Amino acid sequence: MSITDFLTDLFNPNLAFLPKALAIAVMSSIVCGVVGCYVVLRGMAFIGDAVAHAVFPGIAVAFVLQGSLVLGGAVAGVATALLIAIFSQNRRVKEDSIIGVFLVGAFALGIVIISQAPGYAGSLQQFLFGSITGIPDRDVYVVGGAGLVILGLVLALHKEFVAVCLDREMSRSMGLPVFWLDIVLYVLVTLAVVISLQTIGNILVLALLITPAAAARLLTDRLGVMMLLAPVIGGSAAVIGLYLSWSYDTPVGGTIVLIATAVFLAAWLLAPRHGLLAKRWRRVGAARPPRRHRQRLPGRSP
Amino acid sequence: MNELEVDQLEVDLGGRPVLRDINLRLDRGELVGLLGPNGAGKTTLLRAILALTSIRSGRVLVGGKPSRPGRCEIGYVPQRHEFTWDFPISVEQAVLSGRTGRMGLFRRPGVADWRAVGAALDRVQLTELRRRPVGELSGGQRQRVLVARALALAPRILLLDEPFTGLDMPTQELLGDLFMSLAGAEHAVLMTTHDLVAAVDTCSRLVLLNGRIIADGHPADLQDAALWTTTFGVSDNSPLLKLVKAI
Repeated sequence: MSITDFLTDLFNPNLAFLPKALAIAVMSSIVCGVVGCYVVLRGMAFIGDAVAHAVFPGIAVAFVLQGSLVLGGAVAGVATALLIAIFSQNRRVKEDSIIGVFLVGAFALGIVIISQAPGYAGSLQQFLFGSITGIPDRDVYVVGGAGLVILGLVLALHKEFVAVCLDREMSRSMGLPVFWLDIVLYVLVTLAVVISLQTIGNILVLALLITPAAAARLLTDRLGVMMLLAPVIGGSAAVIGLYLSWSYDTPVGGTIVLIATAVFLAAWLLAPRHGLLAKRWRRVGAARPPRRHRQRLPGRSP
Repeated sequence: MNELEVDQLEVDLGGRPVLRDINLRLDRGELVGLLGPNGAGKTTLLRAILALTSIRSGRVLVGGKPSRPGRCEIGYVPQRHEFTWDFPISVEQAVLSGRTGRMGLFRRPGVADWRAVGAALDRVQLTELRRRPVGELSGGQRQRVLVARALALAPRILLLDEPFTGLDMPTQELLGDLFMSLAGAEHAVLMTTHDLVAAVDTCSRLVLLNGRIIADGHPADLQDAALWTTTFGVSDNSPLLKLVKAI
């Protein structure tokens, strides 16, 4: 399908779900890209995974009660994030074990709840792998509003998040409320995950959080640039992924994630300073005697 | 009035006594080395001074007032491994992060903050490297970044936790000179270290610690072998004692 056809479909009133899905996919990818930078830099990918699974029982309850899936997921996700933060204060069991316990426990609860709803198999697949149909109008506004709130909080608390990422002990000595900043960050990750669930699905949402931010990290050594690149990568993957998914009738969540993964692999190979090819070229250049001096200047890219 | 006053301090960790009967005074212009074996409570003492650990009894006064987190009189330089060096951030931004607490929530750095960062970078001679990513620095440069981050608050007291660990001799000497010049510039400096040579060479006073303070005095006054065997729990023919005598 050509891009013109895709644009025609986007504005076709009979296919009203398509622009809605595109809007939600792009907005959630942007938000996930920004929040994902903290997740990648703090090495808290596992928490992202846990939160993604933990929203499931909330979604199941919302589904059974015919309520808002976004709201149900947010409540369950935030509750689990708080439980993890509180239980982690006990040092006898390490944080990753606590996360493991709540991750699977919450997911199990979700499965039991949703099995009570008639005809759950189809909806289960929709939760797990995402879908572009059946998104209520209301959710577009909920996702947009939530996205703005998340980005606003990131902007407001950025320097505190950075300080805590850099050095927890020093942050405590400066009088920063480290525990509460952790909680706010967990909640932001949860909300980013929840607003992305609709199109990407429960299993794959972690990719929106991690992959664009990781690719951006490979491309730059500057945090500001990274936090701009990650949402651009995520948003582009969402647009291209949805277009390909619509053209070739592939699952939308999977397609978007594959595009993001391809960007990550490309960054890994082609990154200007730390990419595989740049390193290889530097090594080849260093082996050539006449250019040796120029190539080995410290801290410069060729 | 002393810059730092620790009176009858007692600290327990996990129900076990770690520090007992700690009395310590620190004044401007002093560079005091805190020596003791692993587990002697050196870091715990620093954390108690920063009010990061709860104390059983006693008190810590900073500039005459009780210590609490967020007070700008203390500049803290933790061990190098506490800092996330692979973070994508430049030297000057890392130093600026030291002022996060003072700026206050939701505020952005202003002219005064950048001035303080510039002055701190000048002090540790890192101005030329200010735009370099912290991940590309050597061990000695990293230690100076942490010192600059503490100096960005213009503190009166500097607490350094094992600043020499893992550094070669030339780098240690450079840092030692820096710490001496900071003490000379009216800071009160307290540093923990395992490096006896560097401590004797740079410090105006040594404090031997092992749960309690075994000795506190000028390096030349600590020649008694018993003080060192008690502090470090070593035998009379330990290489440590030969080193002490040589100094």
